[in-house]
Amino acid sequence: MIARRLLSRRVPSSALQTPIRRHFRVTAPALANFNKLNEQDLSHFASILPESSILSTVRPFQSTNDDLAPFNNDWMGKYHGKSQCVLKPRTTEEVSRILKWCWERRIPVVPQGGNTGLVGGSVPLNDEVIINLSNMSKVRSFDPVSGIIVCDAGCILENLSEYLAPHKYIMPIDLGAKGSCQIGGNVSTNAGGLRLLRYGSLHGTVLGLEVVLPDGSVMNELKTLRKDNTGYDLKQLFIGAEGTLGIITGVSILAAPAPASSQNLVLSLESYDKVAELFKFAKTHLSEILSAFEYWDRRAYDMVCKHTGRKALDESEVGNSQAFVLIETSGGSKEHDEAKVANLLELLYSAEEPLITSGTLSQSPSQFTSLWGYRELIPEAASKEGKTYKYDISVPATEFASVVDKVKKELAGKGLMQEGREGGWVRNVIGFGHVGDGNLHLNVIANAFSADIQAALEPYVFELVASYNGSISAEHGIGAMKTQHLHYSKGQVSIDMMRRIKALFDERGIMNPGKVVEGKAS
Amino acid sequence: MRPTPANLLRVLVPIKRCVDYAVKIRVNPSQTGIDTNVKHSMNPFDEIAVEEALRLRERHKDLIKSIKVLTIGPPKSQETLRTALAMGADEAIHVETPADAPHGEPLGIAKAIAAVIAREKDGVDIVIMGKQAIDGDEGQTGQMVAGLMGWGQATFASSVTVNEGGTLNVNTEIDGGAEEVKVRMPAVITTDLRLNTPRYASLPNIMKAKKKPLTKVTPEELGVDLKPILETIKVTEPPKRVGGGKVENVDELVAKLKEAGIV
Repeated sequence: MIARRLLSRRVPSSALQTPIRRHFRVTAPALANFNKLNEQDLSHFASILPESSILSTVRPFQSTNDDLAPFNNDWMGKYHGKSQCVLKPRTTEEVSRILKWCWERRIPVVPQGGNTGLVGGSVPLNDEVIINLSNMSKVRSFDPVSGIIVCDAGCILENLSEYLAPHKYIMPIDLGAKGSCQIGGNVSTNAGGLRLLRYGSLHGTVLGLEVVLPDGSVMNELKTLRKDNTGYDLKQLFIGAEGTLGIITGVSILAAPAPASSQNLVLSLESYDKVAELFKFAKTHLSEILSAFEYWDRRAYDMVCKHTGRKALDESEVGNSQAFVLIETSGGSKEHDEAKVANLLELLYSAEEPLITSGTLSQSPSQFTSLWGYRELIPEAASKEGKTYKYDISVPATEFASVVDKVKKELAGKGLMQEGREGGWVRNVIGFGHVGDGNLHLNVIANAFSADIQAALEPYVFELVASYNGSISAEHGIGAMKTQHLHYSKGQVSIDMMRRIKALFDERGIMNPGKVVEGKAS
Repeated sequence: MRPTPANLLRVLVPIKRCVDYAVKIRVNPSQTGIDTNVKHSMNPFDEIAVEEALRLRERHKDLIKSIKVLTIGPPKSQETLRTALAMGADEAIHVETPADAPHGEPLGIAKAIAAVIAREKDGVDIVIMGKQAIDGDEGQTGQMVAGLMGWGQATFASSVTVNEGGTLNVNTEIDGGAEEVKVRMPAVITTDLRLNTPRYASLPNIMKAKKKPLTKVTPEELGVDLKPILETIKVTEPPKRVGGGKVENVDELVAKLKEAGIV
């Protein structure tokens, strides 16, 4: 039964439009140690949760596989679980009771938020029970003086932003998935996003967590204190643990004062080397009001223009430009910020050797949003072009374009860019990302997910990253995608220590098995 | 055949500064209007009008002599004029009203526009403006300008072509489809959504815009009275939607419908 699952080549699902072949070798959980879900388990869950909070194909529940498909399949259509049960608890107590039962019964579980993860961490590898936190979506408290907000882990990021807006505060993170992703998931994956340059990482802005541990015990450290040096800072372990050490049910986070003035510029540059120069220039002349510096290449720009039907810049000025940058400024005073931006533009245009070929500056709030679209819609535009292999890597900011070129050369060298090739071909290779954070998103867009393309990319990309002493996952996390590749970015001593910590919190291995760390501690 | 200077067209684009369309509107505490302490931007239909004027110039080189933008509004409206200049308009005229003056009404605004046209030494051949402003949604100003000037009008335009011989062909959107209209210049065109997608202002133009001429004039100098003739009695939000309920099966649905007296 299990062997058949691993070898199955077609995964039928009406939720997907084209049949997907499973070509990934993912580490299956140690199935021998787990128990299979049965009717008794379901009736126990039914004693904890109302019927409307349970979706299951196990009797007496009558959900179908189609009902469970949105929870079993990830956003990209790349990872497919076979869970027979989705639970949607409404309170921390319900989560605790569920986990207590699953711990005793040795039933593996997968914590799930908005299911927008990009490394297969949020869906089951087999038939783990999915614990989805969408029903825990209340703001528990907000202090408008300190800006500290305490909320349930299932709150959608965009909803939190809308909650804070009338109080003139913003969330310290922002990402393209904001309409669906949940703060618990953001914290579990230590999401980076578009504002990291200005507001720092979640390791700094998260002040407290409420976590349910694998055995059901509740660890409530939902403090609203900026400073609390009392012993080991355990919450830091859960930030970025991707749900392998416990389920985050509550988050206390420091919101930032909303800027009185925001503007953005989209600029085109001849080639990538000018981008690094422009970054230095912008840091110098915009200094404290610089809040984002994003890059994307020409192929990504053309793709988004095609997807939205609108070009950002004058074609005649853009010409053959290969690099595009979005600069965002946020500050307390409109006049001050506009003067700084005007000064930057004067300097750019009066320079002997022009850094930019064309550009535009937002003239209204609507334009501000639509200009951000040229960066934020890249993943969506890519998903319309084909199936995307995504690599989220940290490499020196000066090397972004050359990394993309090297990967393209490697694929072309193996004949994988030949259109119509049997066994899949690559349509496009694009690069975009957060220049200021040294984080490049490399997207290889193919006509279909294929074993040949995967084999050509992995471990080539990881080895390439290791050669720069970079990270194989800057912000997306490890999930199921990179568990066997951890050694490219972490030493053996570290990996062993991670296994020990995992065993300490989750001796029975029920919490999101097969993700992040694999293997036994030595 | 190169047109002589006398045949060159002068385009006037009246624009309006409105609450930005993405803003969440709230009624003010005294229920006399909406909270205007929010972000403003150019009326989207007027943005389309500015864009169309620019495209006319790009399509028919040497035919358009000048594109002037005009606004009647408080001092802050100047920003909106600068945006239009940044898109590519040549000159701006600001009929400045006091910051605390009540909102303009279509008839008053139309009279002001007519007065500006009358003052233009070289005259105006095409007035192109949004079909309506997204704050008032009145949709009357363009038509009133045409009436006051005794000019032809082509409203809800979805495409504009300039013909030889001083006429325009305009496709207009009407209930149930489209109507093609031929109008002799000078004429008023009002723009509809499908006419074009406005460009982003390019940086060189944004910087040039600061140096383009912007003349100020008061309603008194124009001989126009902008005092409102309509009185707003009350402004309220639409009633909030009350939550519905879920039923378990058809029988329960029928029972609830019977209860409500619908069945």
